[in-house]
Amino acid sequence: MEIVKLEALKERAFEIRVRTIREIAAFGSGHIGGAMSITDVLAYLYFNAMNVDPENPKMENRDRLVVSKGHAGPAVYATLALKGFFPEEMLATLNQGGTKLPSHVDMTKTPGIDFTAGSLGQGFSAAVGIALANRVKGIDAWTYSIIGDGESQEGQIWEAAGFGGAQKLDHLIAFLDLNGQQLDDYTKNIMPADAEAMAKRWESFGWDVYSIDGHDFEAIDDAVRSAKSKAGKAHMIILNTNKSQGYIPGEGIKGNHSMPITKDGAEEAIQALKEREGR
Amino acid sequence: MKRDAHEFSHFRDAVTGAIIDIAKNDDRVVFLDSDLSSCIGSTAFQKAYPDRFFNVGIAEANMVGVAAGMASAGMTPFIHSFGCFSSRRDYDQLFISVGYTGQTVHVIGSDPGITAQYNGGTHMPFEDIALFRQIPGFVIVEPSDGVSLYELVWQIYEKGQSSYIRTPRKGINFRYGADQKFELGKGIELFDGKDVAIIATGALMVDEAVGAQKILKEKGIDATVVDLHTIRPLDTELIEKVAARCSRVLVCENGRYAGGVGEMIAGHLAKTNPVKMDFLNVGERFGEVGNLSYLKNAFGFTAENIAAKAEGLIKA
Repeated sequence: MEIVKLEALKERAFEIRVRTIREIAAFGSGHIGGAMSITDVLAYLYFNAMNVDPENPKMENRDRLVVSKGHAGPAVYATLALKGFFPEEMLATLNQGGTKLPSHVDMTKTPGIDFTAGSLGQGFSAAVGIALANRVKGIDAWTYSIIGDGESQEGQIWEAAGFGGAQKLDHLIAFLDLNGQQLDDYTKNIMPADAEAMAKRWESFGWDVYSIDGHDFEAIDDAVRSAKSKAGKAHMIILNTNKSQGYIPGEGIKGNHSMPITKDGAEEAIQALKEREGR
Repeated sequence: MKRDAHEFSHFRDAVTGAIIDIAKNDDRVVFLDSDLSSCIGSTAFQKAYPDRFFNVGIAEANMVGVAAGMASAGMTPFIHSFGCFSSRRDYDQLFISVGYTGQTVHVIGSDPGITAQYNGGTHMPFEDIALFRQIPGFVIVEPSDGVSLYELVWQIYEKGQSSYIRTPRKGINFRYGADQKFELGKGIELFDGKDVAIIATGALMVDEAVGAQKILKEKGIDATVVDLHTIRPLDTELIEKVAARCSRVLVCENGRYAGGVGEMIAGHLAKTNPVKMDFLNVGERFGEVGNLSYLKNAFGFTAENIAAKAEGLIKA
């Protein structure tokens, strides 16, 4: 990846993180952990990979993203606002009555959201359906989906994995946000499945599998490029991530799934992130 | 291009035949089945349109989600499983991925109520109507013969709203001619007596209600019989009309009262014209295995029992 592009993506990811923290702080609390762990892949997709038009969010031949771990909504909204799907001021309305930005991503409310999620496992089946529909219609678009490692405890994920593998949906690129934590505890204490185990599972379902550092743009770029070059299999890119990456008060602690964040606390956290990234 | 439905030998052929005919002129139509394609005859759809048929395997919840995703990308999916799986097994997916998101997916639930026969109690959906009634926007139909089934599948497609099609698979009956007019949401008065109104849904119950009308007639009782082929939206106009005329209403359904057709009608008449009512349904029972003749007797789904209940209602 060119150094200019790499630096631009890092800048975008930083901007998404700042907006996500402020968005949650405007409400007072929210799903910070699983939002922050996918900000890098969101930056990559919307600012380097996806064919989308903020002026025409329902464009038929667009690339689509289904964030099946729907509670990461705040990070997705920050990304969509930054991309121009809606005014940035809207981010301050997260979870307020009448908002277009509910906790969990909702296609009926937010411009740019391609499918509703929140009841875990369901978005991923829809992503498989979207990829299948595009194939039936002969539309040469990419379907992306992000699932969680906690979410992967849902049986529906594996129903969809089986069907997507059987259908050889090679224009479907899924990401597994393997941040190692779920609401109650570390996933290893509830239903252990590390990157190696997950890779084996997805390979056994007939998928083209990668396991990379989910905060490394060059690794993401390499995996996506490789996936796109391989026909005949659906693709799974396991993102080894840190829950709450970039919201430093939440990093490396248990209980960072949803956290209270004050406005002052948000600015302190943003300052700390700036210093750590040398901005 | 529509066919005369009298050519079909089974209900499954009528429902799948309608979808095949619809798909001929609409390449958005896809059919998803969950390893029950030979049961509903969607194998015929697969033969006609191999690129638009998908067997998702024994994974019904994923089938609903895939259909919802396909709908969001512009397709019109019909999906099938047995009614028990098409309702209670898939419920959160139907509620969120289809209903909440506003996608249009047509759901076939085959072998309603006791028509599941030899598959037994595990496979008998008694609560499917109640479940689909909780999802805003779903149309619910339970046609009573091959002609109405074929026509109403066309009409739910033309309406463009999600639907639940409750139909037996095997056997078929024809009470309507090829020129019969049907209107989604409008029941049909098969008899217009003045003494008691029998409102029934589905082939089994409408057949028995018609049998009850004959028994009652011989006893000098003049019964109305309504084929309520559309359960939702409810034909309130017709229900109010027959309730006003007869002052007594008996609702017969191959399912459970709670959330079912009888409760819907009672709820409406409680507001508009509270008349004496009675209900024939499965009560608080679970299903059980057996042939249809055994099950009809076991659950009291017979013309004789309907007639007796109607007589009791008149005397009450």
